[in-house]
Amino acid sequence: MSEEKLINAIAEMEEEEALKEAQAMLDSGVSATDLMKSCRRAMEIVGERFADGEYFVPQLIMAGEIMTQISEMAKDELKEGEGEEEEKLGKILMGTVDGDIHDIGKGIVNFNLDVNEFKVIDLGEDVKAEEFIKAIKEHKPDIVGMSCLLTVAFDSMKNTIEAIDKAGLRDQVKIMIGGAPINDDVCEYSGADDWGKDAVEAVSIAKKWMEE
Amino acid sequence: MGITENWDQLTPDEKYEERFKSFIAAEGIEFASKEAEEKYKKHAQMLKDVVELKKPERVPVAPNIGFYPAEYAGITAKEAMYDYEKLGMAWKKFSKDFDFDFLNSCAIVGSGPLYEKLDFKMYRWPGNGTNDNTPYQCVEKEYMKSDEYDKFINDPSGYFMRYYLPRIFGALEPWKKLSPFTYITELPFVGSTMIPVGLPDVQESFQKFMEAGQEALKWIQAVGEIDGETTAKMGLPSTMAGFSKAPFDNIGDTMRGTTNIMLDMYRRPEKIFEAMDAMVPMLIEMGVGAANANNNPFVMIPIHKGADSFMSRDDFMKFYWPSFEKVLLGLIEEGCVPFVFVEGSYNQRIDLIADSKLPAGKSYWLFDKTDMVEVKKHFGGKFAFGGNVPGSLLKTGTVEKVEKYVRNLIENVAGDGGYILTAGAVIDVAEPELLHAMIDAGKKYGKY
Repeated sequence: MSEEKLINAIAEMEEEEALKEAQAMLDSGVSATDLMKSCRRAMEIVGERFADGEYFVPQLIMAGEIMTQISEMAKDELKEGEGEEEEKLGKILMGTVDGDIHDIGKGIVNFNLDVNEFKVIDLGEDVKAEEFIKAIKEHKPDIVGMSCLLTVAFDSMKNTIEAIDKAGLRDQVKIMIGGAPINDDVCEYSGADDWGKDAVEAVSIAKKWMEE
Repeated sequence: MGITENWDQLTPDEKYEERFKSFIAAEGIEFASKEAEEKYKKHAQMLKDVVELKKPERVPVAPNIGFYPAEYAGITAKEAMYDYEKLGMAWKKFSKDFDFDFLNSCAIVGSGPLYEKLDFKMYRWPGNGTNDNTPYQCVEKEYMKSDEYDKFINDPSGYFMRYYLPRIFGALEPWKKLSPFTYITELPFVGSTMIPVGLPDVQESFQKFMEAGQEALKWIQAVGEIDGETTAKMGLPSTMAGFSKAPFDNIGDTMRGTTNIMLDMYRRPEKIFEAMDAMVPMLIEMGVGAANANNNPFVMIPIHKGADSFMSRDDFMKFYWPSFEKVLLGLIEEGCVPFVFVEGSYNQRIDLIADSKLPAGKSYWLFDKTDMVEVKKHFGGKFAFGGNVPGSLLKTGTVEKVEKYVRNLIENVAGDGGYILTAGAVIDVAEPELLHAMIDAGKKYGKY
């Protein structure tokens, strides 16, 4: 039993091994907080391998699943919101825009932002403009990320960004968009600040903005 | 299962020739004019030339259209799905106004009343979960549970009848009470198998099932009339007979769901392989059946989860390609032409497909975002290809930008033939002048 073995098992997608190690660590008195910190390190490795093109969606999903199960094991000991206080690079509000219910791409972007030290608040799918506005007021994010798969969502993005502008919130947030059909033209059309072709670009854009 | 008396004696090449002979002859179609008939035959021949990697007189320009005709004609997506008269008005207007070389069928729109009768839960559509102008979208869920692979593998149709359909169709929920039909082999077994059929809720579900059948008939009559009129008057052959799928997508898209099939890749890979093997013959039969029924060799296969961003090259070769290749080979064996719609980008595996066992000159591949120069490099002289005009360009671009894009595309990759110009994504929204610009540029720069 060791932290290194746990991290390695998660990073190598050895589910049973990882769960066994996590349980053994808890049984031997390792605190839930420390256990979750180790899991985080493993997730960072997974994120790096994703960025390097070694890992893809199955690995992100499997790693996420292992992480969920370990959190479940440790949940009695973990206090509400614990681990949330750690320093974050920035806060990002994410959502698939009005009329579109596709969520796989957004999930990957969320995962990658999360392992890169961003606090992600996911509003889900088919998110109306007013829901974005309400959440911006409530959470005061640095960045808003909008996702879509359908071409009909171009207008949803445009309308949502216009609505954010009308609500007087446009200069409080940077807006990035993404999804299979997004490119320079759509970015300009929608009025977003930037767009990314994948989850790795989403992180670089967000990091660049937080440094500004 | 074929289209001639001596089908079983024919070689795959002969079957292919027979299918195209019959397709180009267009028997049974009553053309409105001699010109329409000649145009149809000429355009059907263009398709054959492209598949065989030859140069037709110019680059063919094909529609890759979803719900756009509704917007164009001023009706909602909901009206297109619920009001067959408005559907006809919009799709006929579109076909008349946009000079594509092939038919833009309205079948893809589907029938709202039909799905309502079945209480279809796997999709949201305008009038049922999405707003009136948003096309249908799949709701991913675990419609097949993780411990049900063996039930499916051992008896696919029985599994669909008693487990899958009751989950995706609310109206057929009572079917989970039915007994497997394979029990009915001796007289004493008949009664016990029929008992569930007599239960009031099961009876009611069969009533709804029959009503859905009537609705389906109404719908296909409308579609037949609309598409039939366009074909007869304008002489436009269709580029697809019907559909099939890649086995991995078939399980991942609508049975297990994306998340679950990807967990299964680690937790129960053997079960995925067994289920995909069970599916191969069914998916071949599905495509061949459509080709026979519609007198058209092209079997459209939209592919999803094998894309660059979904899985590694290794996983593509392990999980995705082998069973898909069997489906493609099976279709080609029966003289069909697989028309693969390669959604997303496949830059990191295009070489693997090119180096596969697929015979040259027997398939057509429509690309979405894959680098077309790479496609040309690997597919040139092997498989016909097309696509790649971005959907976004047709909505947010300018006439000049569209013209430039099409010109570049044709200059870079169309020179040797075996190429069709079309959009890389299914078009639900566009600006009419941009769509016209694509068609015009294709015809202008596409002359061989």
